[in-house]
Amino acid sequence: RDSQQADTEHLSRWKKWRRTSSKSLKKAFSEVKGLSSYLVLWRHDIHSIEGKFGTGIQSYFSFLRFLVLLNIIIFILMFSFVTLPTIISKYGIFNSTIAYISPKNIEAVCTIYEPSGNKGLVYFYTYLKDLLSGTGFLEVTSLFYGYYTIDAVWISIMRYNLPLAYLLATFACLALSFLWIIKRSVEGFKHNLVHDADPFQSYCNKVFAGWDFCITDPNAARLKHRSLQYELQTDLQEEKLKQKIAERRMEEKLRIYSLRIFINIIVIAILSGCFYSIYRVTVFSQENSNVSIRNDTRTDLVNLLVQYLPSMVITLANFIGPLIFSFLIRFEDYTPAFEIKLTLLRCVFVRLANIGVLLFSLWSQISNCGSDKCKPCGYNYKLYPCWESDVGQEMYKLMIFDFIVILAVALFVDFPRKLLVNHCSWKLVQWFGHKEFEISDNVLEIIYGQTICWIGTFFSPLLPAIATIKYFIIFYVKKIVLIHTRKPAARPIRASSSNFFFLVVLLIGLLLAFIPLAVSIARIPSSKACGPFRNFNTSWEVIPDTILQFPTGLQQVLFGMASEAFAVPFFVI
Amino acid sequence: AYKRFSELLPKEERENACSARVPKSQILTLPELRANPFQHRICHVFSTSESGDDSMSFEDFLDMLSVFSDSATSDIKSHYAFRIFDFDDDGTLDRKDLEQLVNCLTGQGEESRLSSAEMEQLIQNILEESDIDKDGTINLSEFQHVVSRSPDFARCGGLQG
Repeated sequence: RDSQQADTEHLSRWKKWRRTSSKSLKKAFSEVKGLSSYLVLWRHDIHSIEGKFGTGIQSYFSFLRFLVLLNIIIFILMFSFVTLPTIISKYGIFNSTIAYISPKNIEAVCTIYEPSGNKGLVYFYTYLKDLLSGTGFLEVTSLFYGYYTIDAVWISIMRYNLPLAYLLATFACLALSFLWIIKRSVEGFKHNLVHDADPFQSYCNKVFAGWDFCITDPNAARLKHRSLQYELQTDLQEEKLKQKIAERRMEEKLRIYSLRIFINIIVIAILSGCFYSIYRVTVFSQENSNVSIRNDTRTDLVNLLVQYLPSMVITLANFIGPLIFSFLIRFEDYTPAFEIKLTLLRCVFVRLANIGVLLFSLWSQISNCGSDKCKPCGYNYKLYPCWESDVGQEMYKLMIFDFIVILAVALFVDFPRKLLVNHCSWKLVQWFGHKEFEISDNVLEIIYGQTICWIGTFFSPLLPAIATIKYFIIFYVKKIVLIHTRKPAARPIRASSSNFFFLVVLLIGLLLAFIPLAVSIARIPSSKACGPFRNFNTSWEVIPDTILQFPTGLQQVLFGMASEAFAVPFFVI
Repeated sequence: AYKRFSELLPKEERENACSARVPKSQILTLPELRANPFQHRICHVFSTSESGDDSMSFEDFLDMLSVFSDSATSDIKSHYAFRIFDFDDDGTLDRKDLEQLVNCLTGQGEESRLSSAEMEQLIQNILEESDIDKDGTINLSEFQHVVSRSPDFARCGGLQG
């Protein structure tokens, strides 16, 4: 500071002014930065969780916060481009009207669609049942695809092409999610790359740079000590194990490899069993849930159960699968780190593939053209006059059931468990013990929910709003459960690598969500009875149609872009 | 920073804070140092008191804050880190220093220490990774070399001012 002061005396007035102004600007910037950190959602909550439970669990909660923000943005996108114009035009604000273009060249029988929005006197429980299953009065609201049976919207003199907007908004949501996830994972990737590239450096890194000097809370310090101790011990154990593996004899290797192949076959058999049962249950549920004519309470309850059957089976499979996998992997004799990764991979696969099988079985029903059922329209118009709404309803049911299960587990399993362990001194109960906060299971749960949300956005534009509310409530539920019932995990995980892992799995979920959407947009004929794509063969046709209306020069440019010579290098970069 | 330093002094000496020395017990009440396992080493390294009681004057305090701040270069940080880790002050990190270092990291108390076999293995690994001249100890340049390639050091070696 003294040398700085000596310098300034020699400078001219202009330079002095510049220097003081740049100093005060820097100060102002740092103050603004400090203030803006107050605006971050849940900053204080996550900070306190980090202090008490470590960075591993904190990464779960910041991941949850990221998903809430993502869903809010997706919802705003879909709402402003799709729902808002529809609502404006339906109520005639701003002098807007709706243009209906009657479909040409289509048989009249395809366009019959009578959603049973409740007319007349109905019991109150019907509303509850409709809320849970997405049928009845909910089917005709803007929640589902069927509401948007509009071909164009005229606002004063501007023509707003709703079908095009609908399709482009869906793609924009997926692209936005993709870019945001990639941006977040780049930092984690760089760190992972550096971390893995120098494996022989890891001991020095842990010992010399292991202590985080920002810790001020004695509890957090204890946690850090424990995590350092655990990390060092695991690393040493892994090294010993690797040495042991390298010294294995030939016959032992043969035995272990054949055991591994056998167990993998068992795993595949279990998976196929799951998939087949989901397929059968979905077919059964679809066939038996369209017959609710009598307003009998019992039949309606059974009907509701039948409708939720696929969700229940999927949840059961998601619960049992990981248990079996973690039991089986003990026989395969891998290093502990690889064991964890492989089990996680198998669980991820089970969860995401279950959704895929559900959708596949829905489509096989919709395009079930066995005995000429879909000659005129290209799809099974008798059972599914508006099939997109049906798919939307299935996604809606899945989401609601997932939410109910998470709340129920928190209420009926965690709290009683804590009460039992604290007040009951039976040996069996004490051995059961407090449950640890399994980060990976919880993360897979919310990734599963987010994949459903992405798939469902096309069929049900307001689904992201429901997802936002769901994750918002889950944050507080999990936080309360954590504070009241969990003991800190004995196996602290590294925050940076787990962040990267969550984002990679989320990306896999996004890509898996994209495939069913692409198939239904491009391959399956859109319903002729409802929705903005009535006049097109498939939903994708909107885009070629619109392009053909552009001036020829622009058309040629666009076709050139779409041709392979350009698109492939573009995507590679 | 001056405010924080003067808060550590008892009331009578506050006007004279620039030349007063704060005893070690007071320094250790700072929140950043309270939970730090290296608190005693940090006080010892930054203190310039001739009587060896590890008390710190205002300049020592400023030194400590500047080394731990974000704007210190990694050279300075690694230099001071080496001095902090050197428990017997002999200018090199030998096996005993490393053993004490690891014990500080894993926590106080009997059950949080590594077993002697694990400790042996760990120290062997550390020396393999960083001891270039194979003399069984780590000197300053070897330490700085190792630390410069470690991604965590720059992040965690910082204190809030």
